[in-house]
Amino acid sequence: MDDFLWRALAAGIGVAVLSGPLGSFVVWRRLAYFGDTLAHAALLGVAVGLIAGVDYTVGVIAVCAAVAVLLVFLSEGRRFSGDTVLGILSHGTLSIGLLAVAVVEGPRIDLTAYLFGDILAVTRGDLWAVYGFGAAVLAALVGLWRPLLAVTVHEDVARVEGVPVRAIGIGFMLLMATTVALAMKVVGILLVTGLLIIPAAAARRFARTPEAMAVLAATVGVGAVVAGLRGAVALDLPAGPAVVIAALGLFAISVAAAAFRSKPDV
Amino acid sequence: MADATASASLVEAADVDVDLGGRRVISRVSVSVAPDEVVALIGPNGAGKTTLVRVLLGLVAPSRGIVRRKPGLRTGYMPQRMTIDPALPLTVERLLRLALATGTDARTRVRTALDEMGAGHLANATVQELSGGELQRVFLARALLREPELLVLDEPVQGVDVAGQAELYGLIARIRERRHCGALVVSHDLHLVMAATNRVICLNHHVCCAGHPETVSRDPAFIALFGPQAVQSFAVYHHHHDHQHDAHGDVLPLEAESKVKIGTGVHG
Repeated sequence: MDDFLWRALAAGIGVAVLSGPLGSFVVWRRLAYFGDTLAHAALLGVAVGLIAGVDYTVGVIAVCAAVAVLLVFLSEGRRFSGDTVLGILSHGTLSIGLLAVAVVEGPRIDLTAYLFGDILAVTRGDLWAVYGFGAAVLAALVGLWRPLLAVTVHEDVARVEGVPVRAIGIGFMLLMATTVALAMKVVGILLVTGLLIIPAAAARRFARTPEAMAVLAATVGVGAVVAGLRGAVALDLPAGPAVVIAALGLFAISVAAAAFRSKPDV
Repeated sequence: MADATASASLVEAADVDVDLGGRRVISRVSVSVAPDEVVALIGPNGAGKTTLVRVLLGLVAPSRGIVRRKPGLRTGYMPQRMTIDPALPLTVERLLRLALATGTDARTRVRTALDEMGAGHLANATVQELSGGELQRVFLARALLREPELLVLDEPVQGVDVAGQAELYGLIARIRERRHCGALVVSHDLHLVMAATNRVICLNHHVCCAGHPETVSRDPAFIALFGPQAVQSFAVYHHHHDHQHDAHGDVLPLEAESKVKIGTGVHG
């Protein structure tokens, strides 16, 4: 196997392991559209990275984090519903990002790599970013796990019990921002949310605890990366969509398996 | 800083207004809950009961007026809305353990709290398969785990039948006897409130009337708010049934010293 394939596989597995627990929270807290918004904002982050002359991962994390924190404050105003605010930020930042990237890189820029991912072009530096930032996100998530779960179960009850709800919320947003920045190397901006929620959804019916669902989601994600990459290389297909399609296939199998399993005893 | 009079209360709102979305939901309301006191909050739908509770809990900031809580007050809260997303796999035991810092006796304490609420058999059930009444007991057990000085119960409109509510009030009375905590109860069932509390606040955006249940039930403002039929039917709650129902609807023999008399519902 070629070096670039090993790097692709390693990056994909790292991102899938991260996406399992984060994606579970996205599903539990109904944040799919929020994930999309962060992903769209990521393109603006790419442009910021190019302008500032730093690695685009840093630019993406910074812009996504700013958008996430902005969202926390905007949604507290309650003048507009949450999904209206998300829609404004999502498409606003995507458009600004498209313009900014075009201005910085010129009109001949290849957007496809950003929009659908370019996992086969993952560099050694990208790999360091995935495992370095990824380890930091997982460590922080372990620390935040119990209060974050308490807020997810019932925000008001958690607040009355003394959980610092806003600080936990901002912390989670930062972890999401980082995860999106890393996942976009694998599946691209438009498919990031798929990699987050499809494995978690596939894991739901086979888990009895939140932790089991997170681990199972990570496992499904790793399976999707391995199967998707194999398929992409064998059939010469774009890798990002192939990974998401593999996840979709595993989700379909999980639905069928759950239906089959629940039938005899009902 | 709390002054001498305020320190007697667990929580106190003084002359509070709350505006939500440009509408005044609560106007010039003053309430307080003292230790060892059960205060009931009643009023028609949309009267601002839940909003007032959220203000007292510190979940909503008042637009005007002052809310004081005893410093370091431990509060147990049973919210009105308790739905948990079906995507979250969670057992009852785990839901309760979330209220505790990880300790060696967490499991025992959770079991004890559930048993106390008559919900011990639900420990391994997943939260989504519980009925409204069961979920209410589970959240009540969770509130108890906190060893609360103040218990705040926002009763759900749906999901619990009248007899189940009667039993719940029995539980609340027992909790209070044993732990001497103050309690603030939002209720939609006048009879149960009158039977199980020692102070009633009748809210319709402002405080219509407040005081001992019997005094309040004779207050013209109360009669105007709930209508003469409702007031008349208070006589009902004084009569005795020869049996009672538990939260599952099973018939139980009536305990001789049962503190809760069961009346017919006032709703339609």
